[in-house]
Amino acid sequence: MSKRFDAYPYVWRLPLLIWQGLFFVGPLILMVAMSFWLVRNYRMEPDFVLKNWDRMLGRDYFWNAYWVTLWRATLAGVLASLIAFPASYALAFRVSETTRRWAIFFLIVPFFTSYLVRVYAWQVLLAESGPINAVLGFGGLGPFTMLNSGFGAMVGYMTLVLPLVVILQTFSLAAIDRNLIEAAWNLGASPRETLFQVILPAARIGLILGATFAFILSFGDFVSPFYLGGSKPPTLSILIIDTTKSGQQWPRAAVVAIMMIATLFVAAFAAVGAAYGRRK
Amino acid sequence: MRPSDIAFRLYLVALFTFVFLPILTSMVFSLNSDRFPTVPLGEFTTHWYKTAFSRPEVWTAFGNSLIVAVCAAALSTALGFVTAYTDFRYGFRFKPAYLALALLPPTIPLVIMGLAMLAWLGRLGISGTLSGIVVAHTVMGAPFAMAICRLRLSQMDPALEAAAWNLGASQWRAMRAVVIPFCLPALISAYCLTAAVSFDEFIVAWFVSGLNKTVPVMILEILQGNVDPQINAIGTVVFLTSMALVIVAQLLILRKTNA
Repeated sequence: MSKRFDAYPYVWRLPLLIWQGLFFVGPLILMVAMSFWLVRNYRMEPDFVLKNWDRMLGRDYFWNAYWVTLWRATLAGVLASLIAFPASYALAFRVSETTRRWAIFFLIVPFFTSYLVRVYAWQVLLAESGPINAVLGFGGLGPFTMLNSGFGAMVGYMTLVLPLVVILQTFSLAAIDRNLIEAAWNLGASPRETLFQVILPAARIGLILGATFAFILSFGDFVSPFYLGGSKPPTLSILIIDTTKSGQQWPRAAVVAIMMIATLFVAAFAAVGAAYGRRK
Repeated sequence: MRPSDIAFRLYLVALFTFVFLPILTSMVFSLNSDRFPTVPLGEFTTHWYKTAFSRPEVWTAFGNSLIVAVCAAALSTALGFVTAYTDFRYGFRFKPAYLALALLPPTIPLVIMGLAMLAWLGRLGISGTLSGIVVAHTVMGAPFAMAICRLRLSQMDPALEAAAWNLGASQWRAMRAVVIPFCLPALISAYCLTAAVSFDEFIVAWFVSGLNKTVPVMILEILQGNVDPQINAIGTVVFLTSMALVIVAQLLILRKTNA
């Protein structure tokens, strides 16, 4: 073999580096730089000042939004995991493999199907005089106010994340060695003990991954808190949109964005640590 | 069947109802005469479809969405395939970082991508154009395309490509005659899926679109006004389109996986 330069590998390797460098890393770096810029007469000017950081992090409304977002996303992660688990358990252990495969098939479909229109449908469904209250009314209940509340936002988050969480949990549960479970039974473990001491630890990675994705997606979502949660209190994503769209204050929006990314990084690392770290 | 099995099945039905209820709701109310939908239903009507699709801006939006989805899906699929092939065939320094770069975009909140893209594309002079949306959607779609192609490549015996080389084919020829035909179902599948991703994405598109609105961006702006059953009509068309794309995408992979 001659040692001349072989271009072949680079033809396959470089496109991603170039494209993601230009259109993924580039924009994010610009955003970080932008957070130190100044807006004068509605125009951004490159600079290096901490004014935007000072203005945003020194305000209560930022921190209120921050804690609301963090709390809601955490709640969404926990709730989605709890709601999904019985379904995932059923799909992994109580139905045929064909049923499981079709169930996953039909869970993937909504994950890629217009979230916005689904949220609009919830707006109709949950309205004061909407179908759900009408049905409850036949039973002499309600009407309940479900829109423009934390409850409304949570329904939206579940719409967004439940299919994904069920899929991830089901895969990890279905991958558990059945012999392990049977061994637990044979050794006299109760169903409860089997669940907590065998099944949950064995499926740990998928369970944590599911909760983490639910957290990440809910943390960044703006549709549910805006259209179903009534945007009061605003979440960080709503803050970014308000700051960008109405105020032309892109640098301040960038500060919020960087705080969000930092939070997600911490959460992701903690999750990876919890999922792959040594068991106690 | 154990009683607990029945309980589990009911739970599954309840969960699937929750997941599909909004989709069904949109479809049902798009054909229902009430302006503020509730039960019992009003009369059957195609009025909302007629009013929605008699508006020229709706057609323009669908045209824009179509152009963007067709281009972004092609770019995403190409980018996803070359990256998946690199991961399949080569090991090199910094490969974990390379893969992270390939797979990270979906974890960045869309609002943040929107803000960053708005600023960046503005500097490049393509903010407010359809090309800008195509660029953004390609970044977001490529990881999905890569995952699908990688899955398919992992089913390919690496000896297959080597056999082609031994028979005298150049690397390029082997790629064309062996690898690409083997991956064809995955490529089509990735194309459909990334087209669906692009067709449904509205936050980044909303930030960078300017006056060139895609369908979901138009829906977003109508939504900021009032309850309007035309959205159900437009939404139903959007649902059917993206569901068809995702179903085709999945069937293509499953058929080949089982074979």
